[in-house]
Amino acid sequence: MRSLTDRLRYLFTSTRGLVLLAIGLVALVTAIWSSLSGPMVEWGVKDFVVRTLGMRLVEAEREGRIITLYHAIAFAVVAVLVYLITAALPMPAQRRVSINGTITVGYILAMFSGLIFAYFGRNWVFHGLFLVGQALLFYGGCLLAVALWPWGQAYRQTDPAYARTRGGVDLERTAFFVMTVSTLGSAALGAIAGAFFGNGFQSFLAEDLVREPVKTALQKAVIGHLHIMLTLICIAAALIIGRWFDFKGILHKIAMPMMIFGTVVITVGAWSVVVTPHAHTIIYVGSVFVMLAALLLVIFGWGKLIRNRVAELGLQRPTFGQKVKALLHDPLRFGALWQMVYMNFVVSGVGIFMAIRLDEIFRVWPHREERIALTGHWHALSFLTATILLCYFADMMGLRGRARQWFGWVLILASDLALAGATVFSMKRLFVTEYGQQAVVNGTMLAIDFGLGAVLVALALLLLWRLADLFRPGGRWARELAEEVAKE
Amino acid sequence: MKPGRMRGRIRGRMAAAIVTAAVGLLGMTLTGCNVEPSPPPGLTLYTEAGADPEAWARVPAGPFPMGRDGVEVTTGAFEIMVTPVTNAQYARYLTEALKAGQVILDGDTVMGFYPGDLFRGGKHEKEYRAGYYPHMPLGDPATRIVRKGDGFAVKPGYENHPVTMVTWFGARAYCEAIGGRLPTEAEWEKAARGTDRRPYPWGDGISPAHANYYHSKDPFETPEGYSDTTPVGFYNGSRYGDFLTVNAVSPYGLYDMAGNVAEWTADIYPMTHYRFLRGGSKANYGYDLRVWSRNSAVPEYASPNVGFRCVRDVR
Repeated sequence: MRSLTDRLRYLFTSTRGLVLLAIGLVALVTAIWSSLSGPMVEWGVKDFVVRTLGMRLVEAEREGRIITLYHAIAFAVVAVLVYLITAALPMPAQRRVSINGTITVGYILAMFSGLIFAYFGRNWVFHGLFLVGQALLFYGGCLLAVALWPWGQAYRQTDPAYARTRGGVDLERTAFFVMTVSTLGSAALGAIAGAFFGNGFQSFLAEDLVREPVKTALQKAVIGHLHIMLTLICIAAALIIGRWFDFKGILHKIAMPMMIFGTVVITVGAWSVVVTPHAHTIIYVGSVFVMLAALLLVIFGWGKLIRNRVAELGLQRPTFGQKVKALLHDPLRFGALWQMVYMNFVVSGVGIFMAIRLDEIFRVWPHREERIALTGHWHALSFLTATILLCYFADMMGLRGRARQWFGWVLILASDLALAGATVFSMKRLFVTEYGQQAVVNGTMLAIDFGLGAVLVALALLLLWRLADLFRPGGRWARELAEEVAKE
Repeated sequence: MKPGRMRGRIRGRMAAAIVTAAVGLLGMTLTGCNVEPSPPPGLTLYTEAGADPEAWARVPAGPFPMGRDGVEVTTGAFEIMVTPVTNAQYARYLTEALKAGQVILDGDTVMGFYPGDLFRGGKHEKEYRAGYYPHMPLGDPATRIVRKGDGFAVKPGYENHPVTMVTWFGARAYCEAIGGRLPTEAEWEKAARGTDRRPYPWGDGISPAHANYYHSKDPFETPEGYSDTTPVGFYNGSRYGDFLTVNAVSPYGLYDMAGNVAEWTADIYPMTHYRFLRGGSKANYGYDLRVWSRNSAVPEYASPNVGFRCVRDVR
């Protein structure tokens, strides 16, 4: 009994345990629900899963189901970010426990009740619990914002190596705070519109609306909500990776004000989509600052990776080749930053190209082609963000040696292959006709399926390793729990 | 050999294998660009239409639940073609229309006059003034209709397949030439689902036996995976070798209201120049074949996945 309590304590109170549980649940949901679409349908896997689990899929409810699924996964990802933030930033232990506890109950309740409501018959009790879970998540976010308040005397930055104001206000903490408050406001933006459409039992996917010449304010609010929430998740991830690398120095001092300003401007831009046709311009301005801040993090991080490895090897005058080798030495740390760079090729670059050539190219294509590009765009952004967090997660879980090398490189190469395939697939009409596209479709689909499959297998192995560890009396989990207890 | 060197060699070989595989995949993908798909196995075996392409069905006046949310909309009574317009029908029309001067040839594109749209200056809206617009690109390898003598003919085997590579202008002109018009979106959807809230013309659920959609494994799918059109009315309960279909008609007895080719509709909405396509096609997944699913394109868009059928008013 005691050993079970200890394990539950690990999973529900320690940072590593909470992150492991959330990522495990996301992996489980992804594994089950990915069998309902794509080639899995053709192979008959969907029918098997639906029959075996007793799902009730009504055709008219497909869009609503998908929206619930996106949210169920996003809640867990937000929970992971919160755990990492509460672990990385100083705050009273009791407050950390309150935040993590509220968030954990919230996301698990919202995730399960939402999926049960959407996929297993519309039982309204579960819809109510879905809302309760989301309300708890929001409340947990409010607690986090309070805990991150950067102007308190206790959290002044005393180390001059980090970005701070003259009065000593920690600008990195401020960036976390601004991101949190922006997320709360952006969640409310979606909740208000969602409540309106939900009460009318309506649901729609934003990509199906893009060609409507006149959109209602609430439709625009939903579009603003989904864009800004993903953006803020990316900003949170970048800030957390910055902590992981102990981002500091002159680049930190330049990056943090830019991150704060960029976050505010992007958020205002996304919210203003409801009232002004110039929202895109505001968002572009904010994006420039946020992306530059991320670039500075990459420059700092890669430089640090090279310096540390070169020093470790005792190389006095390293050659260019030795520096590259040093950079690539640790695929998890290199990968977390490389994926940020790669994002420019498969997400930001494509998005900017679409925006500037919308009428000349993309709006000449049929809507379905544009829809593929749009959904591909944000799936790629989500997937890349997930891989960045997985790099950090694998490091937290204590992956070392050859397993670290294999996991890291499979994660980077396979995900990049999949995303390259997805980008070519979504842009294929630029260079191939519908009639002559089959080779491109087959090739890119192979790359996508292989890449996604390899990432999922690597993640499954990592999770199985940690699951097996939970069955060992003195496993890693016990040491990690003891370490956290001692720290507190 | 030292273990370290051995490991390095293995790593090097693995890296080389990954790079070779990636380059090979890229090469295969790019060299296959714009290569015409091979003829599907069913093309020579099943050439007959599964329903009469000359037949029309009557849809009574009255309300029906439109869209996914089932908003009540009322239509007048009308008649609609039981199948999409076939290549044979369209080739006959083109021959006559060319003789009568209703269409002209500009290089290898069939062109026709269009009186223009009311332009309201909406964001992204494109203006269509009175003038000649493309009806069908004859030079495109995907087009099933070719020039023959003074007229037009159909590539062998495709006579009873729905006409494709026809623009909205070309579809509209055909319907007007036979004394009809393109259906409005409401008319099209009512003809597809009747007066209940079914998601597909035949009722609930979709399987490869119901319609021609992406990877539905019908005899008109090529070995490389290209999904070609099926003859109109193909899904009528007949067996084609090992491939068994169900009689997937709509409540008014219409065929191919889901899949095979997406169909142009008539509506021109304010502030936008797009025309809407209904029914989904052979290139779409099953969910895009639901009766309320919409696609849209510019009116000069021609595609191997797009066709049409006409309606005529009932007095």
